[in-house]
Amino acid sequence: MMDTLILSRIQFGANISFHILFPTITIALGWVLLFFKLRFNATGDERWMDGYRFFVKVFALTFALGVVSGITMSFQFGTNWPGFMESVGNIAGPLLAYEILTAFFLEAVFLGIMLFGFSRVPNWVHTLATFLVAFGTTMSAFWIIALNSWMHTPAGYEMIDGVAHATDWFAIVFNPSLPYRLVHMLLASGLTVAFVIAGLSAFRMLYGDKTSAAKLTFKTGVFLAAILIPLQIAAGDFHGLNTLEHQPAKIAAMEGNWETGGNIPLLLFAIPDEEARENRFEIGIPNGASLILKHHAEGEVPGLNDFVAEDGTPMHPPVNAVFWSFRIMVGTGLAMLALSWVTAGVIWRRGLDKPNPWMLRAFVAMTFSGWLATLAGWYTTEIGRQPWLVTGVLRTYEAVADVPAPMVLSTLLVYLAIYVGLTLAYVSVLFYLARKAARGEQPKPMTPGSGAAVTMIPAE
Amino acid sequence: MSELFNDPATWLPVVFAGLMGVSILVYVVLDGFDLGIGMLTPLVSVEDRDRMIASIGPFWDANETWLVLAIGLLLVAFPAAHGTILTALYIPVAIMLVGLILRGVAFEFRVKAPAHNKHLWDWAFFIGSLVTALSQGFMLGLYIMGLEWTAMTVAFALLTALCTAAGYTFIGACWLIIKAEDALQTKAVRWALRSLWGLLAGFVMISAATPFVSERIFQKWFSVPEIILLAPLPITAFLVTCILLWALRQLPDPTDRFRHVPFAGGTLLFTLAFLGLAYSFYPYVVPEQLTIYEAASAPESLMIILVGTAVVLPMIAAYTMLAYVVFRGKARDLRYD
Ligand code: HDD
Ligand code: HEM
Ligand code: HEM
Repeated sequence: MMDTLILSRIQFGANISFHILFPTITIALGWVLLFFKLRFNATGDERWMDGYRFFVKVFALTFALGVVSGITMSFQFGTNWPGFMESVGNIAGPLLAYEILTAFFLEAVFLGIMLFGFSRVPNWVHTLATFLVAFGTTMSAFWIIALNSWMHTPAGYEMIDGVAHATDWFAIVFNPSLPYRLVHMLLASGLTVAFVIAGLSAFRMLYGDKTSAAKLTFKTGVFLAAILIPLQIAAGDFHGLNTLEHQPAKIAAMEGNWETGGNIPLLLFAIPDEEARENRFEIGIPNGASLILKHHAEGEVPGLNDFVAEDGTPMHPPVNAVFWSFRIMVGTGLAMLALSWVTAGVIWRRGLDKPNPWMLRAFVAMTFSGWLATLAGWYTTEIGRQPWLVTGVLRTYEAVADVPAPMVLSTLLVYLAIYVGLTLAYVSVLFYLARKAARGEQPKPMTPGSGAAVTMIPAE
Repeated sequence: MSELFNDPATWLPVVFAGLMGVSILVYVVLDGFDLGIGMLTPLVSVEDRDRMIASIGPFWDANETWLVLAIGLLLVAFPAAHGTILTALYIPVAIMLVGLILRGVAFEFRVKAPAHNKHLWDWAFFIGSLVTALSQGFMLGLYIMGLEWTAMTVAFALLTALCTAAGYTFIGACWLIIKAEDALQTKAVRWALRSLWGLLAGFVMISAATPFVSERIFQKWFSVPEIILLAPLPITAFLVTCILLWALRQLPDPTDRFRHVPFAGGTLLFTLAFLGLAYSFYPYVVPEQLTIYEAASAPESLMIILVGTAVVLPMIAAYTMLAYVVFRGKARDLRYD
């Protein structure tokens, strides 16, 4: 029988993994919708509005899933990790409170106007509502990433009787890993959305969509991906350098490096064996890791053997999970780079009149690649922080609730069943909507509301 | 008195208990009406169901956010209590979350999934609303019973669960009286009249039981002069009930002028009941175990939240009202425009 600790960890991991799928899409999709809307306002080209109408449905569905899974999250701390708030609540509390106050209400209220208000408010109010929803989701990401980054690289606090007290709010919010993590996450969201847009549009085209709207959104997705992916790779590199400085044990696990030293290879494949404390079946690029992390071949890379307590208990994260999730993320990133650049090049040269069906199929297959990379990235980050919950302050096992294991297990099974069911329903409904759109069953073009006179505001 | 205000550690917990109370109350009224409508959906035809859901479509998300705020305030202001309460309520919380998930996603899936699946999502919507209401009522009952799990307390909690569902149905029906026309409005009046009795039964039950759970609460109500000072509370409740019963018999009126009266009356009833409960439990946040002072976060952290709240809450109130103004009037079909 598994104990409460491990079950609670699985449950938390399952809940937040499910939650993050949806914000990852809504954060950037809000901005893309705003872009579609502004293009339409400026050009009057109906195809932009068609793109807006299609993806606003995707947005609404995604948002609903994000909200309900988010509500589950806000109860998790209390039901499963009471020790977390008891020990660092003075820091985490205000950050969570600001997220609710400045982000959640904003997006929830203006979402109503964005979705149902087009014929009730002047066009500019509708555009403004779209902006505020996008802004709200981004604020939401900012606050929660601030908290999460603080858990990785705590700053601006002091410990009094085992309880963290804030001393400097600026240092807390803008803690050392926040800029890197925030940028990397926002870019991840942009990439995820780029591939969702390109994938669904490619699906429409394959399904015989006669309108040119699908082509336009396909192109938007491809170019967005092509622009963002090099930025993401660069941001990831900087993120890694920052982690090297603050959480060297995590880097050692990501690189699968046991002994500190220079000339460390970049491992492409290996099976880390934590019993024997060595790797099996290593394939690597000589000096690669030293070059990436220290920018010269002799550069010293931390090794896992430095993080073992006197009595032999490892004080570093589990190696396999971190090592492999990191490779899945980077691998997905490289696949994104290859596909988006080749396709962008083809479109640039030959346009989209006769798209190669295999190119379109590749995009359909990659529709949810952003999810894979994002989850893999989060697993790297979060498992890489273990055994700490808050680095150097609170260990995971110290925070767990004293509830019986069978109770956690039963709720875990229920959540898992629901999550699998809803994820399948979500994915299939997106493709169903794309099929419907391809058959031309889009809702009629809409007219702005009674305040139509105000649409005269010159192109926003 | 001045001393009280000089030391933030004495007044901050009270302010936060108040804020939390207000968010719970606002949540109960606002999400109460859309959960109530959810519970009424099986009673009507497909077209009426679309209309009923259209009447809450633009609002439910923001309404639910008040729950997030309430639980967030409990979490951030009273971390010690938060853990105790939520671990004691582990199972009902999980059931409520499942309910909230089902009805929240059903809003979207029922109109986006293939048409032949719509009735399945309609069921998910109904069941989600019902389960949410019941589990919230159950938690209320258990909280009143001091978070103890015995046969007696569970039986009581099951009764409060039913009454809470009736109460939400009532406020939902009142909302529908505002939003619906013709036959649907007439039905809503009938539903409101019936479910009002369930709500009243709940009030009577809770008022009767609470003083006997703890000697302390008994003293707070039934000693002199408290009993006289507090008399306005039950008297107002009685008067409001009479007005409600009268108004519901007049509706639907041909001019539709009184359509707001039941909802306003219902809100007032909820408020009164809430004040009574708050009075009973103050200063405890975990009944008879932990006071708001013992459970509160550090003053410097509460202060920074309070500043934010003071700035942002009025803005939230303003744009929430904006949304209600934009979507005033009778509910039409939901259209993504
Ligand atoms: C579309 C998603 C995506 C893609 C293509 C990449 N990443 Fe990433 N990565 C994330 C999405 C992500 C993430 C989910 O957003 C994480 C988890 C926490 C965070 O800040 O970002 C993350 C974490 C993360 C970390 C862990 C930092 C830490 O917590 O210590 C590193 C070092 C990198 N990434 C580096 C890279 C590199 C070198 C990439 C080159 C291909 C890359 N990422 C592609
Ligand atoms: C959104 C993407 C995220 C994912 C996919 C994710 C995933 C995970 C996983 C897999 C663990 C388990 C690690 C282990 O026990 O070995 C974990 C731990 C944890 N994470 Fe995250 N995390 C994310 C973001 C966050 C954020 C934003 C916060 C806080 C604000 C957070 C707070 C925690 C806490 C409290 C734990 C400890 C509980 C546990 O170990 O399971 N996580 N996370
Ligand atoms: C890195 C991890 C996270 C990110 C980037 C993130 C971001 C977001 C965003 C953008 C939304 C609104 C958009 C949508 O609903 O789709 C959202 C919703 C929500 N999130 Fe998260 N979140 C994260 C983790 C968490 C955690 C750890 C909690 C729990 C404390 C949480 C609680 C919520 C809640 C309660 C909502 C619903 C808000 C509403 O009612 O509108 N999130 N999240």
